[in-house]
Amino acid sequence: MTVVDESNTSIAADRGDALLRVDQLQKYFPITGNGLLRRRIGDVRAVEDISFDVVPGETLGIVGESGCGKSTAGRTIMRLLEPTGGRIEFDGRDITKLSRRELVPLRREMQMIFQDPYSSLNPRHTVGTIISAPFKVQGVKPARGVQAEVQDLMARVGLNPEHFNRYPNEFSGGQRQRIGIARAIALRPKLIVCDEPVSALDVSIQAQVVNLLEDLQDEFQLAYIFIAHDLSVVRHISDRVAVMYLGRIMELAESDKIYKAPLHPYTHALTSAVPLPDPRAERKRERIILTGDLPSPINPPSGCVFRTRCPKAQQRCTDEIPLLREFSPGHYGACHFPEERKLV
Amino acid sequence: MSQPFLDVKELRVQFPTEDGIVNAVDGVSFSVQKNETLAIVGESGSGKSVTAQAVMGLINRKSATITGEVFLDGEELVSASKEQVRSLRGKRMAMIFQDPLSSLHPFYSIGRQLVEAIKVHQDISKAKALGISRDMLDRVGIPNPERRLKDYPHNLSGGMRQRVMIAMALLNDPELLIADEPTTALDVTVQAQIIELLRGLQKEFGTAIVLITHDLGVVADMADQVVVMYGGRVVENAGIEDIYYRPEMPYTWGLLGSVPRMDVGRHERLEPIPGQPPSLIRLPKGCVFRPRCPYHELVPGNRCDDERPDLVPTSASHAVRCHLEPAQRREIAAERLGSPAMEET
Ligand SMILES: Nc1ncnc2c1ncn2[C@@H]1O[C@H](COP(=O)(O)OP(=O)(O)OP(=O)(O)O)[C@@H](O)[C@H]1O
Ligand SMILES: Nc1ncnc2c1ncn2[C@@H]1O[C@H](COP(=O)(O)OP(=O)(O)OP(=O)(O)O)[C@@H](O)[C@H]1O
Ligand code: SF4
Ligand code: SF4
Ligand SMILES: [Mg+2]
Ligand SMILES: [Mg+2]
Repeated sequence: MTVVDESNTSIAADRGDALLRVDQLQKYFPITGNGLLRRRIGDVRAVEDISFDVVPGETLGIVGESGCGKSTAGRTIMRLLEPTGGRIEFDGRDITKLSRRELVPLRREMQMIFQDPYSSLNPRHTVGTIISAPFKVQGVKPARGVQAEVQDLMARVGLNPEHFNRYPNEFSGGQRQRIGIARAIALRPKLIVCDEPVSALDVSIQAQVVNLLEDLQDEFQLAYIFIAHDLSVVRHISDRVAVMYLGRIMELAESDKIYKAPLHPYTHALTSAVPLPDPRAERKRERIILTGDLPSPINPPSGCVFRTRCPKAQQRCTDEIPLLREFSPGHYGACHFPEERKLV
Repeated sequence: MSQPFLDVKELRVQFPTEDGIVNAVDGVSFSVQKNETLAIVGESGSGKSVTAQAVMGLINRKSATITGEVFLDGEELVSASKEQVRSLRGKRMAMIFQDPLSSLHPFYSIGRQLVEAIKVHQDISKAKALGISRDMLDRVGIPNPERRLKDYPHNLSGGMRQRVMIAMALLNDPELLIADEPTTALDVTVQAQIIELLRGLQKEFGTAIVLITHDLGVVADMADQVVVMYGGRVVENAGIEDIYYRPEMPYTWGLLGSVPRMDVGRHERLEPIPGQPPSLIRLPKGCVFRPRCPYHELVPGNRCDDERPDLVPTSASHAVRCHLEPAQRREIAAERLGSPAMEET
């Protein structure tokens, strides 16, 4: 393999036994014309050159605004979408090009939880059937029988085990999310990609589910990729956070650093825009208000994709793509003119 | 204090349904002054939107029973005629809705919709109304307003649509603006723009704002006064500082304990409220929060089960609906919130 960009690959190199390595991953969605031949006339560049790794038992958060490519990244890593370029390695094995059949055993190790607890559960199946589906697909026969195992799982995620014969519409949003979680942990995976798992829930229920995810992580040594647009939730649950903008990673650091010492102007603007639930602190804060709209991922700006809205943009930002570099141990940023370190 | 611009007293909205009567709003009272922002917070289904719609006279009286009083600058609206309320709506009071797409007409241009909204209340030429519309789009920070007038809602980003909604609400210089989750569907950077915009408008025109949201960060940023709703009732009503630093109702404690904060050690565990919000059809006989309240045992004699607590003032600007003794409540709050929140107080 030729190393295209040394600074990028070093992210995956440093941290020893990664469970997942993502290297210069790309995912484009072709746009076809209306003509008879449906020729490809362009691409939605949903994910453009992202690299990171995840070690066992760790939570990596991915944040960014709507349309920045978070879900596409998650689905591509899960191989629910075909990558356009780059490489995905799971447990030391290249899974970028595995066939659908070769992927089946991998699903024991990697699972996904979705945002919408309503549409991700089949309304015609009982909760028992839904939670036990992974056993069936994988041909796994739990020692004490499927029903006992399902009821154990239900109890573990805080559902009443007696309710295994009920249908999803008999459960509230928070309970449905618990059903999705029970299904995801059924085979004791090593990694769960959680795509906005609490975004549709009320705050009090959201906190219940966040605590449950944390407990399950401790109990089963799970690694999470936790995707959400709510920076407070992501920071709370994640060990490290990747900030995405227009398909690219702008900054990647320990979650406390993202808030306290962001080095990328976009991260800075994003964190300053999140209001704190504390009126005195909130009213003392300085807010960076971004102007303009998000550019289209079909035709992203040249150079730095954030330059059309960046208060610090200069000529070099138009001419040259800033690569993701390590500025201090474990703290990566993609910017030509990073912020001065300032504690907020 | 002068007479409040909006004064809501014992507002009740009941919807008869096949399953029984939904007590969506169950005796809600609050008031707002000019130049002041009152936030209504609470979880999904607690009756926030129905309260707003009832104030605006937007609930079909055939489908619901509405009682209580709503005074807008001294004028009572619940018993007023439809025509009377309609003449005030869009003029003296206006609303920004939860979902901008559902409240903008998809087939009409932005310009046409704005012009019509003006002409309901003002007898002016189309050219003049278009001019006012363009200026208003400009005021709410929409670039190229002239061109935007010809656009349709689907041509605009979510943030732009929300600005158009705000522009429409402001066309006739309303004195009261009710904003129902104005930023919930938006990204935080856009939310910051919209909050800035609302704040600027209030400063300029002295608008009274009722802000409905479940985001305690947005409330901390914008509100002067806060109403906490649960199960269709107001469970706590206080000034912004009291709500965050001296809250006295177990539900409010639960809400504050549930939100992760960006500025505290991230390893602090969240303290969620157990259980789920109540059904509004079969409300508990005593306190609505009883099934989820960890403190009911501290109240002697099963009162939390049997007796509905009243909203009782604990100071001139703070009222609480809970059977716990005030001293007990303060002690628990201090313990739950820890010292940082109580310092300087
Ligand atoms: N199947 C698809 N075909 C074409 N374009 C797509 C497809 N899926 C996603 N996109 C586009 O790719 C970009 C990234 O979308 P994605 O859903 O990954 O964003 P996101 O960060 O998850 O956003 P959100 O916060 O709204 O969920 C968007 O511009 C989106 O419109
Ligand atoms: N037209 C109606 N007929 C019957 N029930 C209704 C009607 N409108 C609202 N409700 C019920 O009234 C209750 C309060 O609804 P409301 O929309 O005010 O909640 P909310 O606090 O605004 O919630 P959210 O945060 O989800 O917007 C809900 O249980 C809702 O189902
Ligand atoms: S590279 Fe330039 S435009 Fe991009 S974030 Fe840094 S300063 Fe801003
Ligand atoms: S009245 Fe009783 S149940 Fe209700 S909040 Fe107070 S202590 Fe809890
Ligand atoms: Mg998404
Ligand atoms: Mg609502």
